[in-house]
Amino acid sequence: MSYFKPINKHPNLEKNKLGLTRRDYEGGVSTLCAGCGHDSISACIIEACFRLNIEAYKVAKLSGIGCSSKAPAYFLNASHGFNSVHGRMPSIATGANCANEDLLYLGVSGDGDSASIGIGQFIHAIRRQVNMVYFVENNGTYGLTKGQFSATNDLESKNKYGEDNLFPPIDLTSMAIQMGASYVARSFSGDRDQLVPLIMGAIQHKGFALLDIISPCVTFNNHDSSTKSYDYIRNHNEAMGKTDFVPLGEEIKTNYDEGSSVEVKLHDGSRLSLEKTDHNFDPTDAGNSLELIRKKNKEGKIITGLLYVDNKCKPLTEIMDLPDKPLNTLEQEELCPGSEVLEEINKGLS
Amino acid sequence: MSGKKYLFKRNNVWWVKLAVPLSLRSELGYDLRRTTGEKDLDKAIPIRDKIIEEFKTEFQIRKVNADDKGIVLRGTEHMQKTDISDPQYFHKVVDCQYACPAHTNVPEYIRLIAQKKYDDAYMLNWESNVFPGILGRTCDRPCEPACRRGRTHDKPVAICRLKRVTYDYKNDIDPYLPEIPKVKNGKKIGLIGAGPASLTVARDLLPLGYEVTIFEKDNKPGGLMRTNIPSFRLPEEVLDEEVYRIIKMGAVLKTNSYIDSLENVIDSFDAVFVGTGAPKGKDLEIPGRKEANENIHIGIDWLTSIAFEHTKSIGKKVIVIGGGNTAMDCCRTAIRLGADDVKVTVRSPKSDMKASDWELEEAIDEGIPILDNTSPKEFLLDDEGKLKGMKFEKMEAQYTDGKRKLIPTGEEIIIECDDVLLAIGQDNAFPWIEKNIGIDFNEWDCPIVDKTTMQSSHPKVFFGGDAAWGPENIIWAVAHGHQAAISIDNFCSEVDLFNRPPPLTNLVSQKMGIHEWSYDNGISQEARLEVPHADLKQALNDLKMEVELGFDEKLALEEAQRCLNCDMQTVFQEKLCIECDACVDICPTDCITFTTNDTEEKVREKLRVPALNLDQDLYVSGKLATGRVMVKDEDMCVHCGLCAERCPTGAWDIQKNNYIEAHNLNKGRVKAKEVA
Ligand SMILES: Cc1cc2nc3c(=O)[nH]c(=O)nc-3n(C[C@H](O)[C@H](O)[C@H](O)COP(=O)(O)OP(=O)(O)OC[C@H]3O[C@@H](n4cnc5c(N)ncnc54)[C@H](O)[C@@H]3O)c2cc1C
Ligand SMILES: Cc1ncc(C[n+]2csc(CCOP(=O)(O)OP(=O)(O)O)c2C)c(N)n1
Ligand code: SF4
Ligand code: SF4
Ligand code: SF4
Ligand SMILES: [Mg+2]
Repeated sequence: MSYFKPINKHPNLEKNKLGLTRRDYEGGVSTLCAGCGHDSISACIIEACFRLNIEAYKVAKLSGIGCSSKAPAYFLNASHGFNSVHGRMPSIATGANCANEDLLYLGVSGDGDSASIGIGQFIHAIRRQVNMVYFVENNGTYGLTKGQFSATNDLESKNKYGEDNLFPPIDLTSMAIQMGASYVARSFSGDRDQLVPLIMGAIQHKGFALLDIISPCVTFNNHDSSTKSYDYIRNHNEAMGKTDFVPLGEEIKTNYDEGSSVEVKLHDGSRLSLEKTDHNFDPTDAGNSLELIRKKNKEGKIITGLLYVDNKCKPLTEIMDLPDKPLNTLEQEELCPGSEVLEEINKGLS
Repeated sequence: MSGKKYLFKRNNVWWVKLAVPLSLRSELGYDLRRTTGEKDLDKAIPIRDKIIEEFKTEFQIRKVNADDKGIVLRGTEHMQKTDISDPQYFHKVVDCQYACPAHTNVPEYIRLIAQKKYDDAYMLNWESNVFPGILGRTCDRPCEPACRRGRTHDKPVAICRLKRVTYDYKNDIDPYLPEIPKVKNGKKIGLIGAGPASLTVARDLLPLGYEVTIFEKDNKPGGLMRTNIPSFRLPEEVLDEEVYRIIKMGAVLKTNSYIDSLENVIDSFDAVFVGTGAPKGKDLEIPGRKEANENIHIGIDWLTSIAFEHTKSIGKKVIVIGGGNTAMDCCRTAIRLGADDVKVTVRSPKSDMKASDWELEEAIDEGIPILDNTSPKEFLLDDEGKLKGMKFEKMEAQYTDGKRKLIPTGEEIIIECDDVLLAIGQDNAFPWIEKNIGIDFNEWDCPIVDKTTMQSSHPKVFFGGDAAWGPENIIWAVAHGHQAAISIDNFCSEVDLFNRPPPLTNLVSQKMGIHEWSYDNGISQEARLEVPHADLKQALNDLKMEVELGFDEKLALEEAQRCLNCDMQTVFQEKLCIECDACVDICPTDCITFTTNDTEEKVREKLRVPALNLDQDLYVSGKLATGRVMVKDEDMCVHCGLCAERCPTGAWDIQKNNYIEAHNLNKGRVKAKEVA
């Protein structure tokens, strides 16, 4: 029995502007458990990159440790990658971001990696507005180490063996909004129609984008008392109305009645069009967002969709006024201003 | 509409096939097919469009009838859950087996080859198609244009030449032949003609205890397989082995026995099968025909006289007239007999020639020019009244409304020749069947034969092979033979002829354990392998030297690995599915989509890759927890099994679909089991 995906593909497979098909954005065959939500997220990342005509060699995939952190091996085979130690991906991302602004940074982490061991790093990457898409593949458990409670597991959600969880969960979305994240969304690995446009928006956004994606662990956290199982999420998901990603220069194809959608312009001019719901919700008002999340958490609902966006934020490299060009492409003249300038400086010191 | 949509090729001619809406299938069958009569795609396309309109009208009429009966039509309704208990559903997914007139289980024999179980592979073939060694060299192979690999990759699996491998590498298979009862059942059957059709009937009846007598006008059995298919394509020892195997099963063979009156034999038998072929070669009535008779030969008669070694030479310059396979065999034989200037002339453009692509290629490879748009006008004689050449007129093909017309251009050419071979078609001829014994003939002097039962208007008389509806090929003769044998058995047992045995089918899970499946899904991505040929120079000097050498074992095993195992079916159980999408993501050819249900037309549009090939069905599940359905487009599935491998709940399973078309051999087996 061969586990490799045969290389032949459907002859009518759609091609993007680069002449590539979805399959050209694939990675190795997944070694995660069959049915793991993380694999669906990888598929959505592939879809988003395909639709945005992204060149894989201009992407860096960064991760820590965990099943979720293994996922970058299963998409974008032709991209750069860095698998850091547990919880340390945010510092790698910060450094890489400073050194080369040109790459698209996709950080893939888990709830353990980000909300436990790496939480300090996570908060600082947000605070510094690192320009990246930060995926938390949130399954409420440490999948890789066989199912211990993670810091995002709900209080009432027992583990697979029936043990009680003693501590309340951290809500990563509210925390990120409070720390200054400029694009915050929550979604569900099983809802591609919602997740793909959210990823596309996050990629086009300039600044720290957090995607907190509930991603069921079929092996350790998909049982009856779990609040992160496929069934539970499907029964408690309250999606914020349809999100559409509208590339620059394209008309909105959705047919909502006029005034029934909110538009958010992204940095490159593309737009996210959000179907309005009765929440009477303005995604650019942080207070409003925090209130909605708090209210829904209390109702026992999982609110999904774009929760907050600040399209006027300044990313890290602008705050620090770093050179636009990647450091490794700076020429001798740019790095060394020459003896005349040195003399000027020296003069100033004397 | 453009492209090859709804078109498929059979016998080198484009056919139209339209899927029948589910609700009409019990009335109309799975699909409606009609030939465009065109070999050239561009010309077939406008005809296709017309035929489709006609089919649509047909649907419309049936729909109105259905409305009358209160049947709700699927066309306006959401798709229904697929009924996989219908044996035809998965049968249709095995494209090659479905296309084979005898429904040979192709993927199973290819797998047996891959396991080097040549005896088993041969026997599997023998049961379905009776002549694996012969067909592995000569079959018209309708399975190959149907092969899924032609859609998912480029060229089909070399199914036919792999069949030959089972013959070339088998050992003694006598021990596996069916037992022939010593005590006969008391029924006597007369078979007229010893071609593949009659021989199949004999093989299917002998194991049931029938006493079978075969009458053959020639001195050896085999029909056109012996008299017309040249031995450089089909060596005599292969033919003899497979033909005499049947005779040795206990048929009484009467050679040199031309039947000149059906009436005289009919009363000696409980049933009679007519397998006399289409023995009359067409003639060409143009000026000079009578005068030059000595050097003008009817192709099939000429080939026969070579097979029986009555003719051993031919003139140096030969013209072969005709564009079919017979013309190809004539010209290639003429070169081998010593002619050094052989030309084939055809009235139509080359692209419209009836010959199979591979037969035409072989002739061209042997250096024979094909002059197309060349219409014969006159045989020219020298002063002594001997044939010296032929006059032709150049034609031009014009197409209006998809219909071809050959327009004479007035340009004449003269080609010198010593002999002319006419290969312009064959007719049925039954001068020996009395017109007053209850057998009805149609206006073209063909008997009226029932398509299902092969019975004529005389209840005791059955027809099959070329004798039934005109020239076809060996595999159709075999398929007819199976059906006639079933009918004869029913007839002699006083069972309704339409009460036919169903196919034997079963679906067996291939799961052996975690990550363990009992078939090899590691298909080869290589291109189709070419069959090695004998040295051309040598071959052209030897009438009997087989041109194709066949695959050696290494090539055979490599080619076998190209098969996609289309009999390994994906079986879905919606109650187990948690809609995790793992199968969707792993599927290499994007076959699987979870979506909301709708009409078939709309569902086909909204799949991950729209399902445009209407020949292939959609596998639709019942409603899932989210209210959606699983839809799998069977069209491009490569049967890799990865959906089942990645499914966490076992909602997908891979099950081997054994589909065995009923014929008397396995009918007998069922009977034996019932007794035991
Ligand atoms: C040149 C040529 C090449 C061909 N090549 C191929 C090929 O490569 N592949 C392929 O699949 N098909 C080929 N065919 C077609 C194929 O040979 C026939 O379709 C097939 O043999 C038909 O089988 P049958 O049993 O119906 O009749 P036949 O094979 O025609 O057998 C009929 C038998 O009945 C005998 N007979 C006729 N009348 C009487 C009578 N009154 N009394 C007693 N005996 C009688 C005849 O002598 C003959 O032996 C070819 C045909 C020709 C002409
Ligand atoms: C420094 C360090 N501490 C502990 C571990 C053990 N460890 C590996 S993965 C993991 C938890 C991963 O959980 P999460 O990030 O949620 O990933 P998941 O497997 O659930 O996707 C732990 C604690 C480690 N590898 N390194
Ligand atoms: S790939 Fe194999 S099983 Fe499939 S249609 Fe072709 S020969 Fe048949
Ligand atoms: S077997 Fe399953 S995964 Fe493989 S091609 Fe077919 S549907 Fe797709
Ligand atoms: S992998 Fe299995 S459980 Fe998951 S969606 Fe496919 S069939 Fe359903
Ligand atoms: Mg986790």
